[in-house]
Amino acid sequence: MALTGVEIFKLLPKTNCKKCGHPTCLAFAMKLAQRQASLDACPDVSEEAKRILGEASAPPIRPITLGAGDKAVKMGEETVLFRHEKKFVNPCAFAVEVKDSMSDDEINKVVDEVLNSEIDRVGQKLRIDAIFVSNASNDAGKFESVVKGIASKAPAVPLIISTNNPAAAEAALKNIADKKPLLYGADESNAEAMANVAKAYKASLGVTARGLDALSALTEKIKGLGVEDIVLDSGARSAKEMLEANTFIRRAAIKKNFKALGYPVITFVQRDDKMLESLVATLGVTKYSSIVVLSSIEKWKNLALFTLRQNIYTDPQVPMQVEQKIYKIGEPTPESPLTITTNFSLTYFIVSGEIENSKVPCRLAVMDCEGLSVLTAWAAGKFTASKIAQFIQESGIENEIKHKELIIPGYVAILSGAIEDKLPGWKVTVGPREANGLPAFLRSKV
Amino acid sequence: MAFAAPKETFSGKVFEVIIGTDKTAVFGGENVLSFHAFEGNVPHRPVIAYEVQDIVPDDWPETVKKVYDSVSGDPVTWAKYCQDTLNAKAIALRLLSTHPDRENRSPEDAAKTVKDVLAAINVPLIILGSNHAEKDSSVLVAVSEAAKDKNCIIGKAQEGNYKTIAAAAMANNHKLIAMSELDINLSKQLNILITQMGFDKEKLITDPMCSALGYGLEYTYSVMERIRLAALTQNDATMQPPMLADVGMYVWKIKETQASDAELPLWGSLAERGITWEAVTAASLLMSGAELLIMRHPEAVKAVEKFIDELM
Repeated sequence: MALTGVEIFKLLPKTNCKKCGHPTCLAFAMKLAQRQASLDACPDVSEEAKRILGEASAPPIRPITLGAGDKAVKMGEETVLFRHEKKFVNPCAFAVEVKDSMSDDEINKVVDEVLNSEIDRVGQKLRIDAIFVSNASNDAGKFESVVKGIASKAPAVPLIISTNNPAAAEAALKNIADKKPLLYGADESNAEAMANVAKAYKASLGVTARGLDALSALTEKIKGLGVEDIVLDSGARSAKEMLEANTFIRRAAIKKNFKALGYPVITFVQRDDKMLESLVATLGVTKYSSIVVLSSIEKWKNLALFTLRQNIYTDPQVPMQVEQKIYKIGEPTPESPLTITTNFSLTYFIVSGEIENSKVPCRLAVMDCEGLSVLTAWAAGKFTASKIAQFIQESGIENEIKHKELIIPGYVAILSGAIEDKLPGWKVTVGPREANGLPAFLRSKV
Repeated sequence: MAFAAPKETFSGKVFEVIIGTDKTAVFGGENVLSFHAFEGNVPHRPVIAYEVQDIVPDDWPETVKKVYDSVSGDPVTWAKYCQDTLNAKAIALRLLSTHPDRENRSPEDAAKTVKDVLAAINVPLIILGSNHAEKDSSVLVAVSEAAKDKNCIIGKAQEGNYKTIAAAAMANNHKLIAMSELDINLSKQLNILITQMGFDKEKLITDPMCSALGYGLEYTYSVMERIRLAALTQNDATMQPPMLADVGMYVWKIKETQASDAELPLWGSLAERGITWEAVTAASLLMSGAELLIMRHPEAVKAVEKFIDELM
């Protein structure tokens, strides 16, 4: 738990020497508490104070990276329980399970699906992040060759190696030690051997125990054995158990600064019913999982889960923006109406939704106003006659359409004359104030 | 260091709402966050109502429209199909034909439809206007009277029309949906205005406005979470009505539920994509606090019911 300014002050030299650039030790302590200063600025601080402050300032959930290179996934570092308080930091990773007992063809098919899973949505590239390879065959040699095969076919994709047999773990890891994999499967019976393998191959270690009591004891033990990058499996498999375990883990880490559970969580949602699997994955995304292991990655399922993850992990304090451009809704002809609005994502979604409702094919010009809504953007001087005129001229839309009529939002009716002055030959029409007036308005135009 | 389960208990509680007269449905009543039965009381499962319209749903995408092809010409047949064949726990009748841009049918026509549907079903009925604030205020008054004492939910009362609608719901013993647009303060204010008229706060249902997955879902999600936290941690009675997620109408108009596989091969099979979109939207809003859902596709409803089974 973060220390208060006064608690930090008690640990400082209290000499008010100003060498840190602050007038007093108390002022420096206050800045430290707000994380606006670094303890390194104080030349006289004791080792004891460094240790206490260092522990207190460590993130409540340990940051861990899965994989290496471009496609590595960062996990942990979360600071809140609810996304409206502060942005959720590291979006959870989706992994698909491959069993080493599957045929080569089956395995290759899944690996291909992973490699082709990338989708671009609202400017972000989204994909299945990792492959979870399990030693279902119980054969170390088989496991080694399957892992090796996957690593050569998909060298950039992070791997999770699942086995509770330290010998099989070692066989699999020795070929991929440079890839920062996650070794999953340490439990009370094999903790020492698994910790040694993880250490030897610089893998992070997934630990599992029934119940959070046993799990905390196990993570302490494994930390004592020298492995610090730990991922938690509470053993929860039903949605009910998962919600309870994930809630307790997140609360314990963030509200109680309980270090033994201050690690990312891996969640298993595999179900025969793929639709239900999507919903249990929804629980993982919304409620605190850092890795969600799926049984299959159909494109329709991926799209829904990627979109959900994107929604939940957006920064609630930064308005979501859509790209500035002229969007086609339906199949507009050169005669179809042209409307304009701002690029606040919610504005865009509501306006484009209502245009879709109208069934009138349309062009919607979305102008970059730094993610502000129409009225706010207008008030802030970002949605003005001259900027609108410039956007329309530079968009090249004049070559695409046969008319020169621009429909503006009713709330900025006042701009119509000024836009006409700046866009010679254009007619500006004032549309409805609220988007829900658009269907009737557009239908009356055609 | 030994682990102690960090349970949280709250002073506040969500109001419990019972609807219907013959077969009833109950939702709300919990004193914890969604499905947190491990630290408090979650007496009821969320209720999913099937959406029925009084007009042929020509604008619904094929995936969901075709499910109702043989029944959607008549709201009574449609409602009975949902109740008898799909085992609906409640029906949400949307009187879309009354919208001035649709058929502009009269409040009297709407009242007759409501009477006919009520005579045909025994599960609870949610009666929704066409979301045209002005027209709804006359339509919803007429249907409230037509459904007198049937313990329906009437909706939606909004800032611009709540007075007449709330008065009619009150006079005819119905529950009432209060809808505002994605803002906790507006939602609180509307609930206060309605209760100041003498409307019982325990008969309200809050609709903070739904959004589809990918189309502003995170706004609905967070407004719901904030409302629920205010209800529980601050014991704020104006925030304690259960919440509605009107999922179907927001989901089945977006591109992801309509664009064909051929058009967008990267998005995968259209049929499953559409159903999943409705189910995932519903499931995430259940996590953020919704107790009453209005949905369209039976496969999506089934999946969400299974998900609730696993959570309860």
